[in-house]
Amino acid sequence: MNKLKIRNRLAKDKALLWVVCLLAALTAVPLFAILGEVFLRGYDQLSWSFFTEPTPTAYKAMKAIEAGEPIPGGIANGIVGTMLMLGMAAVVAVPIGILCGAYLAENPKNRFAQTVSYLTDLLQGTPSVIIGIVVYIWVVVPMKSYSAIAGSVALFIMMLPLIIRSTEETLKILPASLKEAGLALGGNRARVMLKVQLPAAFGGIFTGVLLAISRVIGETAPLMFTALGCSFIRFAVDKPISAVPLLIWEFFNDPNLQELIWGASLFLLLFVLTLNLTAKYLAKKWNQ
Amino acid sequence: MNDKLYKVLLFAAALIMPIVCGGVVYALVTDAYEAFEHFGFFKFLTSSEWSYTEGAEQYGALPFITGTLMTTLLALIFCIPFSLPVALFVGEYFKGTKVAAVLSTVTDLLAGIPSIIYGLWGFYTLRPIIMALNISPQGSGVLTASLVLAIMIVPYAASLSAEFIKMVPNDLKEGAYSLGATRAEVIRKVVFPVAGSGIFSSYILAIGRALGETMTVTMLIGNTNNIPDSITSTGNSMASIIANQFGEADDLRLSSLIAIGLILFLITAFINLIGKIMIKRARIA
Repeated sequence: MNKLKIRNRLAKDKALLWVVCLLAALTAVPLFAILGEVFLRGYDQLSWSFFTEPTPTAYKAMKAIEAGEPIPGGIANGIVGTMLMLGMAAVVAVPIGILCGAYLAENPKNRFAQTVSYLTDLLQGTPSVIIGIVVYIWVVVPMKSYSAIAGSVALFIMMLPLIIRSTEETLKILPASLKEAGLALGGNRARVMLKVQLPAAFGGIFTGVLLAISRVIGETAPLMFTALGCSFIRFAVDKPISAVPLLIWEFFNDPNLQELIWGASLFLLLFVLTLNLTAKYLAKKWNQ
Repeated sequence: MNDKLYKVLLFAAALIMPIVCGGVVYALVTDAYEAFEHFGFFKFLTSSEWSYTEGAEQYGALPFITGTLMTTLLALIFCIPFSLPVALFVGEYFKGTKVAAVLSTVTDLLAGIPSIIYGLWGFYTLRPIIMALNISPQGSGVLTASLVLAIMIVPYAASLSAEFIKMVPNDLKEGAYSLGATRAEVIRKVVFPVAGSGIFSSYILAIGRALGETMTVTMLIGNTNNIPDSITSTGNSMASIIANQFGEADDLRLSSLIAIGLILFLITAFINLIGKIMIKRARIA
């Protein structure tokens, strides 16, 4: 009787291990399914012209489909728009985010800092579609036009909390002796922050910036109400502009352009995953 | 740079947060006001009409609130049987090993995939499967959206739960082993009770993620402005109705959409606040 009970318990133990392993392995399936599908359907679209030419009009695409030719053109307008908006957003978000993160790390017990910290969480958890609405109200309505500026403001707001958090956390785990040694050598706080703490935290902050970029680069909803989209390559910051995820959305909705979905998705996916893996690699290297 | 200037500079940078968050709330409230004033706050929340016939415009948020709650709840149910094993795999069974590192890289990458690509995958791969299985004729609907949402929130729930499972003190577990407990019993009787509140809070935060997810749901839920009457029927979530109609809306409809945005903002803020408080408590305990 007792032996049976023990055998029963051991069997249960083994069963749990197998179930855990099986279900955990199943979780990896979607990643490979998505990668596989996007890769298999998109790789033959990637060519030089795909990256250098703007999106074709639906009419041109329709003609090409009728003639049985591949759709001409590519996603250059989206790549330019994404880079332009990301660049503008990052130029503002990185310095402000680092300074704000430094403030939080320097004043951990301050009431105001705690409020700022809570608000950072609040903003980080805010759905991106709401950021889109708000930037529409802030920027698009007064300017009376969708614009690259509006799009970059939306990206800026989404990047900010991520950069603040990674800066704060990296600065907090630096050994206190580092800062104390700097101060003991006669440096004032600003100098110690600039010459000792920030350089020591560089790896962590850089990783955070990479992750922030990879997080917002695929954002679609907020750009729909701010940047809107544009079918040619444009560098003006006060006019509607395209972005790679916006193009994917356009292709999804336009039966004539559907063939272009997968090339654009493959490009976006590779970009995001490379950023992610680089960030992870750097974080590991920096931690050693 | 002297100390004073340095302090002022940091403080000025920190001011950005109250300014941005205040601006978000202010913009949402002032622009949603028209809809609330026109329909009344509670009427707006409980009305299920959404018609834009001129002169007799009727907008209510109930179908979309229901749609959001249904997709989120279903996604949570589908997410648990996968995220919990991943958390146990990474945080207990294979803690600190190479396999665990590989699995957590995989889940990190899953978290990094843009939501529009999840939407594409759901639309071109999952939807035909749902149709082939005869679950619903059109393939899109609450169920399809929730399944993909579940995949999207697994990484969040799993990595945070794993963190709490890792923190369970070894001497507690060793105590149980020394009494003859098997690993399964240790997990059930020691790990879960100790890490339980942390695991619970990680699901709350995963809910916070799912509530506002936009593109995936927009592409998969079917976009009909009715209260979904079963999990296979179509509907709209709060985020997806905004994504669908914001670009073409004006006046009262625009204000109603912004009002829905405000409600969504408040719900996610509330859920995230609860999650954060619980996590803080779980970390201290």
